Amino acid sequence: METILEPLTYAFFVKGLFVASLAGALLGFIGVFIVLRGMSYIGHGLSHSIFGGFAAAQLFAAQFYLIGAGLWGIASALAITTVAKRGRVGADAAIGVITTASFALGVALFAKFGTSGPSFENALFGSILGITTEQIIGLMAVSLLTAAFVFLRYRALLFTTFDPDVADVSGVRVGRIEAMLMIILSLAILATLTVIGVTLVAAMLVIPAVVARMLTDSFGRMLAISTIVGVFSGFVGMYASYYAGVPSGTMIVLVGAAIFVIVLAFTGGRGLRRSAGLDRHVDAPLLTPIGAK
Amino acid sequence: MTGTGVGPELISLTGVSVGYDHHHVLSDVSFHIHEDQFTAVVGPSGAGKTTLLRVLLGVLKPDHGTITSQPGLRVSYVPQLETVNWNFPITVFECVLMSRTIGRRLPWPSRAERAEVSSVLERLGIGNLATRHIRELSGGQQQRMFLARALLRQPQLLLLDEPTSGVDVSTRHDVLHLLADLHEDGVAIVLTTHDLNGLAAHLPHIVCVNGGIVADGSPAEVITPEVLERTFGARMEVLEHLGMRVVVDEAPHMFAARGVN
Repeated sequence: METILEPLTYAFFVKGLFVASLAGALLGFIGVFIVLRGMSYIGHGLSHSIFGGFAAAQLFAAQFYLIGAGLWGIASALAITTVAKRGRVGADAAIGVITTASFALGVALFAKFGTSGPSFENALFGSILGITTEQIIGLMAVSLLTAAFVFLRYRALLFTTFDPDVADVSGVRVGRIEAMLMIILSLAILATLTVIGVTLVAAMLVIPAVVARMLTDSFGRMLAISTIVGVFSGFVGMYASYYAGVPSGTMIVLVGAAIFVIVLAFTGGRGLRRSAGLDRHVDAPLLTPIGAK
Repeated sequence: MTGTGVGPELISLTGVSVGYDHHHVLSDVSFHIHEDQFTAVVGPSGAGKTTLLRVLLGVLKPDHGTITSQPGLRVSYVPQLETVNWNFPITVFECVLMSRTIGRRLPWPSRAERAEVSSVLERLGIGNLATRHIRELSGGQQQRMFLARALLRQPQLLLLDEPTSGVDVSTRHDVLHLLADLHEDGVAIVLTTHDLNGLAAHLPHIVCVNGGIVADGSPAEVITPEVLERTFGARMEVLEHLGMRVVVDEAPHMFAARGVN
């Protein structure tokens, strides 16, 4: 018991525990929409893209680098959506070009000019040591914003996630909902970047949601379970990170992966069947705008 | 059965040309939908059937021509079953409730909404399936669920994309009778189909489409070898059975008899 309580005597650890749990909750929550929309790859790409903005923004306005990275991420998300909607280039190709180019730019800028914020390694794999009070407030604000967005637009999000064609003809502003979701996703990635790291954020967007899908056939319960799995992964992962002496992001993701394996072992084929359609992109051939192929 | 379009007009297309990348899929289409419409739109793949639905739904704007619709017209759309992700984690009730999305609404249904959804599910004979996951439904039940979602909007016009595509004969009969009942209740219906014998021939009005409207009228007027050849680009035989037109593909030996290679 003493071993478990011992790290709690350090203020930085308590702070890290709170941030990791909240980051896990946020990514688990928003991840449900990302996974059910078949957008897992966008989450992966966006986190890399934001890294580019993260590095670039530090050069021009070091004190506002998070705002710069956020704007960069939102611009990338909207660029991906726009390019993919044109229909000539698939979403996966658009993500491949835009986000990896952005990531490469970030690596080049880090290598050439260094950083006044988190180190290169911390940005990639996450660390609790560099977390500032402003970042904690930012994470809390993004979490509240995400919860409010989902609460106020729950039905539109559900409809556009399940059936964008019919949602559109039923008067739901599908484009606006998708753009707002992209902005929220960018902000969520940005807010959790310092804890979980650029390269591992995507895993925490996907793993809790997939675990939740394996456990339930209800959308509402999936949101709740995914959030809980995210919190648990963040909390236990942070402890594991402290004892193992490795970056927080790696242990948070490993805990999530362990939960996935355990749930898979218990649910077996039923769980796999439930999660089988998660990579399905429900294209909208009916509603492709004029000019699209 | 009425349905050939003599009631007040709901939507009117006049000289409409529409397409993608400035390539017209439909040219110079004039088509008027009335309150008592019950129409099958038939044609080969790529003929413009779905494009016509998109125009009627208002999601495709024409390059030329005019579209006028009755102010405040309520249109509902039923998608093809084959385009749906049946593994999505929702119940029948949640799916039908999607029709109640517009406006400021809480995530959970109000008591009135619960009653409305239950009522429409009962009307379609699937009231006992409200809590089932959508994957657990049969083809006929899936189609009923989407009809329930469409009907919750109390539409004046119901548009269906290939409602019998990929379903068995019994389900096709189910769907046909259900649509006939809805039409009797005053809902105008326009559907696309490949199924000439199983669906289109049973409807009072058929529109043949292939880059434009090739012909339209009652089955007796439209289901003829000449019109079908102009529509589908293939020769077909038309037989009479119990007063209904039955379309039969022309067999290879018949080509030979006509001297066609």
